[in-house]
Amino acid sequence: MTASAPLNPRAHHDTRASLLVQDPRTKARNATEKRFRAYGLSAIVLALLALVWLLISIFGNGLPAFKQSFITMPVTLDAALLDKGGKRDPADLAKATTIAYGKLLASALQAEIAAKGIDIGAIKPKDLAKMISEESPATLRNRVLADPALIGTTVQVTVLASGRIDGYYKGRVTMESAALDKNTSPEQLALADKLKTAGVLSMQVNPGFLTMPDASDKRPEAAGLGVAIMGSIYMMLVVLVLALPIGVAASVYLEEFAPKNKITDLIEVNIANLAAVPSIVYGILGLSIFINFAGLPQSAPIVGGLVLTLMTLPRIIIPTRAALKAVPPSIRDAALGVGASRLQTITHHVLPLAMPGILTGTIIGLAQALGETAPLLLIGMVAFVRDFPGAPPEGLFDPASALPVQIYNWTQRGDPGFVERASGAIIVLLVFLIAMNAVAIYFRRKFERRW
Amino acid sequence: MSLIKLIPSAVAILAASTVIASARDQLQIAGSSTVLPYATIVAEAFGENGDFKTPVVEGGGSGAGRKKLCEGVGESTIDIANSSSHITQSDVDLCKTNGVTDIMEVRIGYDGIVFASDINGPDFVLTPVDVFNAIGAKVAKDGALVDNTAKTWADANAALPAQDILTFIPGTKHGTREVFDTKVLLEGCKTNGAYDLLLAASTGADDAAKKKEAEAACFTTRTDGASVDIDGDYTETLSRIAANKNAIGVFGLSFYENNTDKLKVATVNGIVPSVETISKGEYPVSRPLYFYVKKAHIGVIPGLKEYVSFFVSDDMAGPGGVLADYGLVPDPELAATQAAVEAETVMAPLN
Repeated sequence: MTASAPLNPRAHHDTRASLLVQDPRTKARNATEKRFRAYGLSAIVLALLALVWLLISIFGNGLPAFKQSFITMPVTLDAALLDKGGKRDPADLAKATTIAYGKLLASALQAEIAAKGIDIGAIKPKDLAKMISEESPATLRNRVLADPALIGTTVQVTVLASGRIDGYYKGRVTMESAALDKNTSPEQLALADKLKTAGVLSMQVNPGFLTMPDASDKRPEAAGLGVAIMGSIYMMLVVLVLALPIGVAASVYLEEFAPKNKITDLIEVNIANLAAVPSIVYGILGLSIFINFAGLPQSAPIVGGLVLTLMTLPRIIIPTRAALKAVPPSIRDAALGVGASRLQTITHHVLPLAMPGILTGTIIGLAQALGETAPLLLIGMVAFVRDFPGAPPEGLFDPASALPVQIYNWTQRGDPGFVERASGAIIVLLVFLIAMNAVAIYFRRKFERRW
Repeated sequence: MSLIKLIPSAVAILAASTVIASARDQLQIAGSSTVLPYATIVAEAFGENGDFKTPVVEGGGSGAGRKKLCEGVGESTIDIANSSSHITQSDVDLCKTNGVTDIMEVRIGYDGIVFASDINGPDFVLTPVDVFNAIGAKVAKDGALVDNTAKTWADANAALPAQDILTFIPGTKHGTREVFDTKVLLEGCKTNGAYDLLLAASTGADDAAKKKEAEAACFTTRTDGASVDIDGDYTETLSRIAANKNAIGVFGLSFYENNTDKLKVATVNGIVPSVETISKGEYPVSRPLYFYVKKAHIGVIPGLKEYVSFFVSDDMAGPGGVLADYGLVPDPELAATQAAVEAETVMAPLN
């Protein structure tokens, strides 16, 4: 055998004409295969394009939510305005409402503009005050109430700019649209530009988007996911604590102990059916059982968690049973052979070997539950909730929102600023889901065993 | 564990968890999606300034909210139902069967309903009859009822632009649709003459039944695609208009006022809708907004009365108040409402 005469003439297809002449049948068969491959490839390309388009639109709309325009300025906390009694009595201090703090901030902005030598043009003081978010007075008030010693001093504060000013720097509001918009004006935007040059107004990373609670339609710039993330975590806790043990116990019983008869067959068929039941049905069930019958509070993560547990159970039982089935009978036989009881066989050998599969199934079931909105609609979780729930276990009974519900909620708001918030919330939800799936894949890879 | 043991223990766990659920210390509010933004604004300010927690506000629709209010008395039921339409006798009856006897009705102001189109489109000067001529199913022509064939707005009224008719109106589950029906379609139907023809052709047993039948026929809109029911909210209508520059949509005044850079509003009977023209009664298409308070919860759920008083205070619902700023039309009789709230006046029976 020499290099110049290879055994397979087709290896040099490109340089030398093949000796093989294809008959029409072969050609037709090869053409069919080529077409089939092309269909498959185009399906994948189409799916990828759709995914890329979706991601671009979500990230394009949502990433700005993680940055926000802030105004930084010194504010003199005038004791005559904020503490009329003069005794720093908490009851007295609470009487100064956000309206008083709003006026304080407005005059502070005016003073800051004057100090920087900026010409405000034809803007009225009322419109000037509108450049500051309505959330800011409340933030300042809470700061003062927490630390009354601040009264009478001058503090440096960083407050949110209003939604329209923020939208201007995110490209949502332009000079042309501002001229038509009754909530802002081109003069206001021009002043914002001057403030930005002077360093009073700046774009900063906005951790508040993840930590602050929801806000009303008047202050989209202040709306955050804090309560929704807490609610989702609480619900996932409830689901994990209930669905994992119940699901594993049910699977072990069905797989290892249950007699093979018509009843177990029926149960098996029904578990498969339950996994396919639309989730809204579980919401109706939850409303009638947990709220109307058991009297649990509305909008509470405990009810959401219970409903999602019902929904997730079949989705955990099915992969768990598959994982138990995948453990070879030889392991069981060996354990039983050396004198282990059936329970010992299961707890010492079968379950540990099936654990990676069980964990993967559980995490994917949890991820599905995390993204579920429909069952929560009926139990009052699609609500405006501003107070954070307390620490568990009591906190499980406090009202809370949930991530997918918050997205749904924000898409219905009138102010255009909420479009960006909703897309930002989708990004957060996606990150959670990807993280959970990554953990599932990690477990599968790390503990996977081939027999 | 046998089944017989399992069931009582499950019930015991549920009962125990109910005990853990301590007394509710925040208000629960549900109902109209039109009132929802106002209620959240008030709830936010209430939670910020007062000694109480921020109320939890849910949407869901006026009818659904009132039904929830009527579910009974107790912590697991809501305290306030927001509503963009008046409570009905069937709601009151349902309330009564479930032991909810004392309900306070609070009128918070008025909401304008506006027609708006894409900002770059032509101006529209509408009257109710124009709208009826454009989207009514059957219109009067030369003294006879005929199927509506108008293709452009100019066919409905020669003074209007020759733009294809396409309207997005609220679906029948919305409270807004009711106002649109009675204040626009029925008015237009009467002016057009179709109402009289329908009344004459009606087969009802008595006058009342005939009237009802004729009105229902007036409310019927074209099904050939010129009029599209939107079952979602105003954001859906807005995105439909962004996709269909020819369309005219029906919005609430406050939604329009927050999107004035994208929408152009149409006048009705020559009046531009605004907080001023509606509060003076010049702009014809408006409706009162209400909420209904379960009186049995006052003194039980902390902050209920305070919230109601705060809502109708001049700072919030009054002229120049926070809500007027957002597009709520202040009620000229707000002082009477404030007094009624102070006295905890219960709603009189409906007649």
